[in-house]
Amino acid sequence: MDNTNRMILEFESKSKNESFARTVVAAFAATLDPTIEELADIKTAVSEAVTNCIIHGYGDCSGMITMRCTINGDELTVEVEDSGIGIEDISKAMEPLYTTRPELERSGMGFSFMEAFMDQLEVESVFGEGTVVRMKKTIGKHAFKGYSQKTGQDAV
Amino acid sequence: MQDYRKYGRPHNKSGKEGTSYEISQRCLIIRLDGELDHHNAIKIKDKADKMIERHHIKHIIFDFSDANFMDSAGIGVIMGRYKKVIFIGGKIAVVKVNSAVDRIFRLSGLYKIIDKYDTVETALNHLK
Repeated sequence: MDNTNRMILEFESKSKNESFARTVVAAFAATLDPTIEELADIKTAVSEAVTNCIIHGYGDCSGMITMRCTINGDELTVEVEDSGIGIEDISKAMEPLYTTRPELERSGMGFSFMEAFMDQLEVESVFGEGTVVRMKKTIGKHAFKGYSQKTGQDAV
Repeated sequence: MQDYRKYGRPHNKSGKEGTSYEISQRCLIIRLDGELDHHNAIKIKDKADKMIERHHIKHIIFDFSDANFMDSAGIGVIMGRYKKVIFIGGKIAVVKVNSAVDRIFRLSGLYKIIDKYDTVETALNHLK
């Protein structure tokens, strides 16, 4: 059976659209019959990517964010693109805890979360022109790593 | 049981961000509502900081009962508040975290500086 699907969404770089964007991707991915955990992973990763476009890509200006989603078999691909300032040093930007906006209390965990919650992460950027983040995740294939039912101190 | 003073607006106009704030002695209880992302983080930060200053707050409890989503912005909110109370010997606690939020706390290493409890009451008893 042919299981392919595509969608493209364009929206303004407003923080209220973070919730909109991740909800749309979650709804789009629903046909793959993901678990609650897989959906949570996708939503968190999309939220990080979109927040990056708003805070870093466009900063105090406003612009459009394009999100392209593809389903191919049981694999979901999400591309989040902005035409903002771009990233000068991608490997530096991807370092855990590195942030250029500490005054906004950014934790510097954005790319780390995208890497942790998706199977594959690619970042392409041209300084001064914009950034594309491409994330892939296979649904229903992997047993969950990192989930725990433990509560309290013993879960630390 | 507790003499809670209630703050916050349960019937928020936008109907989206309905986080409420309660104070029990010098403990601020932040009952998160909905989604703790960058958008809502800005409002929660501002409100929490005002209350921390005005009411000489020492400890903060984040109640995740009604929070179904969090991303790295939530880590920023908690770390920022931690930095505010740590100098006066305050502590941060989180309660009722679901498995997705729990995973984010563990990945970020936040449990090294905050404590997790099952209920607000248990957290209050430990913090006092």
